[in-house]
Amino acid sequence: MAKLIARPATDGLLPIEIGKAILEDAQPQAITWVAPFNRKKSAVSKTLGGFPGPGEVVEVKAGRALSVGPGQAMILGAPLDCEGAAVADQSDAWTVVALEGAAARDVLARVTPLDLRDAVFPEGGTARTLVGHMTASLTRVGPFRFEIMVFRSMTQTLIHELERAMKHVDARTKL
Amino acid sequence: MRLTCPHCGDRDLREFTYKGDALALLRPDETANPQEWVDYVHNRDNPAGTTSELWYHGPCGSWLVAVRDTTTHVTHRTLSLAEAGK
Ligand SMILES: [Zn+2]
Repeated sequence: MAKLIARPATDGLLPIEIGKAILEDAQPQAITWVAPFNRKKSAVSKTLGGFPGPGEVVEVKAGRALSVGPGQAMILGAPLDCEGAAVADQSDAWTVVALEGAAARDVLARVTPLDLRDAVFPEGGTARTLVGHMTASLTRVGPFRFEIMVFRSMTQTLIHELERAMKHVDARTKL
Repeated sequence: MRLTCPHCGDRDLREFTYKGDALALLRPDETANPQEWVDYVHNRDNPAGTTSELWYHGPCGSWLVAVRDTTTHVTHRTLSLAEAGK
C-alpha cells in the first residue's frame, strides 16, 4: 500500500514577512467542534474547564475554546471527547494562520468588514466574519497578533489575499 | 448599512443575506383556504415605510428579523427568530 506523507496545508507557502507584518502557520494539534445538547451546557462547561459565550475566547483544559456560533465552540489544542455534547473532529477541515506585527490590523482592515478597533475587538475577542469572499474565524490573541481560520481547501486563496494586502499596506508606508 | 446579529452583535451588511419578507414565518395552518395559501406563497406588499424582513448571518448561521424603514433606511429593531415567536 502507498505510504502517505503528512504535510501541513501551508507547506512551502509560509512564513511570509513584508514590512511590519509577518504571516505564519499556527495550526494546532487538533481542532474540535463542540455543541452542548439542550440543558447540558453547564455540565459540558465543567467537563471542558469552561465554555465561551458569544464573541468570547476561553482557555480550557484541552487548549483554547473559541465561540463560533450560537451554542457552539471550536477548541484548538489537544484532541478531546465530551459527554453531553455533539463533538466533531475538525482538525483536517480548517487551516489556522497567524498575522503578527505593527501593521497586522491595517492589513486585516483591507480584507475583512469586521470592526477591528480596540474598543470593539479587544485582545481575547473572536468573531466569525469574512476574509475576502471566504467565511472565516478571526481571533485577536495579542495586541498585534491575530489568528485567522478558514476551510483548509481555501488555504492558498487566504494566503494570496493576505500577502496582497501586506504588500499594499507596506507600499503605502513607503510613499 | 449595518445589522445586529442576535448572536454576534452589530455587523456590516456584507456578512448578511436577504431572505425575503418576514411574512414567510406566518405559515397558514392546515385549515387555510387556497386564497390564503396564494397570499402566503406569492403575494408581498411593497411598502414605502416600515417593513419586516428575514436576514441570514452567514458567518455564524443565525437568522433574524429586521424591522426597518425603506424610505429612511433606519433599522428600528432586529430580533432573533426566538424573539420573533418562531
Ligand atoms: Zn452572527
